[in-house]
Amino acid sequence: MVTFTVEDHDGNRQSIEAPDDMGLSLMEILKASEYPVLATCGGMALCATCHVEVLEGEDALGEATDVELDQLENLPEYFPTSRLACQVRISPELEGAVIKLRGEDN
Amino acid sequence: MINTDICIIGAGPVGLFAVFEAGLLKMRCHLIDALPQVGGQLSEIYPQKPIYDIPGYPEVKAQELVDNLMEQIKPFNPTFTLGERVDHLAKQDDGSFVITTSDKTQVHAQVIVIAGGLGCFEPRKPVLENLETFEGKGVVYMVKNPETFRDKKVVIAGGGDSALDWTIYLADVAERVTLVHRNETFRGAPDSASKVFDLANNGKIDLILSANLKEINGDGTLETVKLENKAKEEITIDADYLIPLFGLSPKLGPIADWGLSIDKNAIEVDTTDYSTGVDRIYAIGDINTYEGKLKLILCGFHEAAIMMHSAFKYVYPDQKLSFKYTTVNGVNAF
Repeated sequence: MVTFTVEDHDGNRQSIEAPDDMGLSLMEILKASEYPVLATCGGMALCATCHVEVLEGEDALGEATDVELDQLENLPEYFPTSRLACQVRISPELEGAVIKLRGEDN
Repeated sequence: MINTDICIIGAGPVGLFAVFEAGLLKMRCHLIDALPQVGGQLSEIYPQKPIYDIPGYPEVKAQELVDNLMEQIKPFNPTFTLGERVDHLAKQDDGSFVITTSDKTQVHAQVIVIAGGLGCFEPRKPVLENLETFEGKGVVYMVKNPETFRDKKVVIAGGGDSALDWTIYLADVAERVTLVHRNETFRGAPDSASKVFDLANNGKIDLILSANLKEINGDGTLETVKLENKAKEEITIDADYLIPLFGLSPKLGPIADWGLSIDKNAIEVDTTDYSTGVDRIYAIGDINTYEGKLKLILCGFHEAAIMMHSAFKYVYPDQKLSFKYTTVNGVNAF
């Protein structure tokens, strides 16, 4: 299990615990935790409706991949540590990270 | 006014297949979609992605499935209103409905089927303080008729394919085109990107890179667009039009105000026939919700079949519905 923190659009923070051995994505955990994430494309990195900003822990998580940047760079607004949650695996690298929900899609 | 038996809101895979199920029961359909093409998110978001869970197709590309559905419903002559959003629904004295779209198209139907997926795709808007004041007064999110921009000063913002394509197209139409992009490079089609750089090098357009929209101003209508570059310097450009092209995102839209029971952006339905709480309005596909709901295309197809059999009583109140197989009866075009 890994534990990380999610900050919603209003700035409320919540600690989330998730299994890191089931091949889940951060998007799936956010949806399962009832956060308002549309995930229109279902996790194919094609819609950018699961846009998040990594506030803490970005060194371990690494940078957005090319497929994410294709989407992120077309958004009206994105940040240096923006990611698409559907492309972030629930893995030990997420331990202690702080993730902020971004985008106005939800 | 368009007259039809069934008006289907949303021309995605489920809306399209609903036409087939209606057709078998001799009911005519008209479809309305906010996107300029049929296919919903399959065509808009992932046309080239393979789908593996359509019964009978081990693998099918999303656009291929849409094309096949169009072929399948051809015998039933559906009609379409595309690129318009459904705005208003008015119940008539006889129980039927009149729908009015954003472009004032009117459709009269006995039954309404909402097959709207996640809602209608609307443009993502930049974060600018007085943006709404200038919407329709210089700020437009879609190029419907390029002639609107003839001999005008146009600022396009964005770095994707549509920003590149419209910059190239409007370079010959507008008095001046300025393309504003937040990065140094474009991730869109390399061909289009190099064309845009060529146009800029030849002085045909102005290309402002590493800059963001900051402010828009004007007296009633748009007059100037203010940008900020990496060095935090402000640049002001004269502009008749600003076209922000930051992609599309689905919104439930006016459907939310129709008195339907809605839970988390989905319409609650009765699973015996996928009817909503309002008589003669059904909801099928990703837009509905019920205990055990799965957002799968194949589930939407099932819902369409059940739902059309229920709707028959409103279109043919004096007839008894008898269930027939296509293998026995064939597909009788009309």
